[in-house]
Amino acid sequence: MSDPLFWHRLQFGFTITYHYLFPQLTMGLALLIVVLKAIALRTGRAPWDDAARFWIRIFGLNFALGVVTGIPMEFQFGTNWAEFSRRTGGVIGQTLAMEGIFAFFLESSFLALLVWGERRLGPRRHFLAALALFVGSWLSGYFIVATNAFMQSPVGHEIAADGTFQIARLGAFVFNPWAIVQFLHNQMAAVVTASFVMAAVAAYWTLRGEHAAVARVSLRTGVVAGLAAAMLVAFPTGHHQGRMVAAKQPVTLAAMEGRFESGPRAPLAMIGQPNVAERKLDNPIQLPAVLSWIAYGDFSANVRGLSEFPEEDWPTNIELLYYSFHVMVGLGTLFIAVMAVAALLALRRRLESSRWMLWILVLAFPFPYIANTAGWMTAELGRQPWLVYGLMRTAAGGSPTVHGGSTLFTALGFAGLYLVLGVLFLALVAREVAHGPRRPGAGAHA
Amino acid sequence: MAALWFAISAVMFAVYVVMDGFDFGAGALHLAVAKSDRERRQVLAAIGPFWDGNEVWLLAGGGVLFLAFPKVLAAGLSGFYLAIFLLLWVLILRGIAIEFRSHVEDRMWRAFWDATFTVASALAPVLLGAALGNVVRGVPLSADGWFALSLFESFSPTGALGILDWYTVLAGVLALVAILHHGALFLAWKTDGPVRERSLRLAGALFPATVALWLAASAATAALAPEVVRGLAARPLAWLSAALLLAGLATSFVARRAGRDLAAFLGSAAFLLGVLAATAASVFPVMLKSAGDPALSLTALNAAAGERSLRLGLLWWPLGLALAIVYFVILFRLHRGKVEAAAEGEGY
Repeated sequence: MSDPLFWHRLQFGFTITYHYLFPQLTMGLALLIVVLKAIALRTGRAPWDDAARFWIRIFGLNFALGVVTGIPMEFQFGTNWAEFSRRTGGVIGQTLAMEGIFAFFLESSFLALLVWGERRLGPRRHFLAALALFVGSWLSGYFIVATNAFMQSPVGHEIAADGTFQIARLGAFVFNPWAIVQFLHNQMAAVVTASFVMAAVAAYWTLRGEHAAVARVSLRTGVVAGLAAAMLVAFPTGHHQGRMVAAKQPVTLAAMEGRFESGPRAPLAMIGQPNVAERKLDNPIQLPAVLSWIAYGDFSANVRGLSEFPEEDWPTNIELLYYSFHVMVGLGTLFIAVMAVAALLALRRRLESSRWMLWILVLAFPFPYIANTAGWMTAELGRQPWLVYGLMRTAAGGSPTVHGGSTLFTALGFAGLYLVLGVLFLALVAREVAHGPRRPGAGAHA
Repeated sequence: MAALWFAISAVMFAVYVVMDGFDFGAGALHLAVAKSDRERRQVLAAIGPFWDGNEVWLLAGGGVLFLAFPKVLAAGLSGFYLAIFLLLWVLILRGIAIEFRSHVEDRMWRAFWDATFTVASALAPVLLGAALGNVVRGVPLSADGWFALSLFESFSPTGALGILDWYTVLAGVLALVAILHHGALFLAWKTDGPVRERSLRLAGALFPATVALWLAASAATAALAPEVVRGLAARPLAWLSAALLLAGLATSFVARRAGRDLAAFLGSAAFLLGVLAATAASVFPVMLKSAGDPALSLTALNAAAGERSLRLGLLWWPLGLALAIVYFVILFRLHRGKVEAAAEGEGY
């Protein structure tokens, strides 16, 4: 345990997981706010503007948490993963610098306009500010996913004589096919989170009989966007992601499924416990041949098991990887079902009166956060034992001069600070939801 | 090519100091210049639309360093490990304080976040100034280009090295006072009434302190790092920076007394830019100076990324910078003039 690498991983894993609770909402919500503002602009109806104003306040809180928890992420490349940064900076420095200069300036400037400038800008330009914020936050997401994609499936680089990675083809690196597929999958998942949160708040108001007009438009937006995004997460984006893992990281695919032996007509496990010591899946309940289809689009395809790969290349935590993947897929499937039922009720104009459905929507909002987190854990645990897949091992990337005592100190500091921030954040969001939307000018709430 | 990226990095960080500096200064002073909740909201409204964008200059500067000088970024951030996290935590608390404060109208809640905001806003420039002090003083780089410094050791820049010693603390205090002066002039420009008058009074008191500390820090630098003086004497770009520094200092004094608030603020900005530019021009190409064998220093030449990375970066970087400037112009134009205290429920 005095191995600094363990604490580097723990700290980075904890801080990135915590950080991503906020951008997944803000990226999704940025799109939904654009939708609300666009409808408000077209129809001129007040509830859409009121809803947008409420969600911009929620956005602002989440964005602030996203910014302050995001700054440490960029720095931790250098503080905790110095050797990795030194060797790969010539490549991933490109996308990280692009994120700062193309995305962060855009986001921060236009958020200020969106929050401070509704009266100064007028409705049309206020809509454009929302649009710019959406573009900025999605660009930011793209540059980070592209950086991660280089670690998952390195392209566009060359390795110099001194062992450092240097850029060879910028276009190939920035538009890595892995980045494009993972970005679309990830952004749709972010929209799922935002839609579920929007639907949950609206359902809560509806159940209490409060803020009927804003609740109505928020509920409708949340359910329609939620259904569309939940389906797009699975197909085509999730499907492509699965095929890409099968092609580029076959050992990861085997570990995700707890599949130790190779063979055709590979089944997909619904439930089961990977038993790595005995190299089998305990108590499996499986869908026959489905994994073969997911991985290769062919029910009879051969899917290789872990036994075909050298053990030192196996992901280091097969059990957690297996559960992360299955939690993600299981929840993703449930999301489609929940939103499909809600949309059906909405279509028959019975959603607002179906209290059981509203209760489900209220209680469902934490689960997309869990699914998003599980998805990223699948990607990152699946990448192990590599920092840059096939080229640089995680064990080789830590900071050579930082000892475990320093890292544990900062990890504990983050744990304490983030606990306090999280409690206060939840209390503030709860206050905003309880207070509900407010009209401009009539905002004083003493 | 590496020299160009050295200049770009220096400019990014200098602009960061000038931009985030005014909101650090305004934040650290806001309890002194604003006595009522209304006046505090006036101060927060003055910096509210800008502080987040200002902070992006730090991230963008970090990105540039990552792209062009990964070795410097890796060695510097891991070597100053604990100080970096102190800075990060301070920046977290600052951002949270300004956002959380506005959401609850309660005296105790606001008093707590006002105090947090003040302390965090004051600590950030101290840490950044001390960081610059470390870079000028030098760090114990090993033959393979790494180092580790604890927060404090002997408190002497010539004894056992720690991040904090009398020289780096002096640099930190100079940074704090200069930033307070800068923030006071910003508030004088953007506010009116009692807040402006108090800001001007404070700026009047902070000006001689800034000059005195700057002279003391310059003398200490000349004694500890004679190569900075040699560089300053030999390089026309450093003379130019020094001229900017002096002109800025004079302008900030004269314009303030003449009641020309914007000119005084710009003078202070020129002073800060001049100090940083003169330092960068004097130490070039050294980025992370070795306290021992000078040959071990990390420089723009031996720590740069590959030539192709630097060239490709130049393809898109100017476009990104141009866009960033456009956003800032829009933002400042839209928020031109003196601020009113924001109505409750809008903005902060």
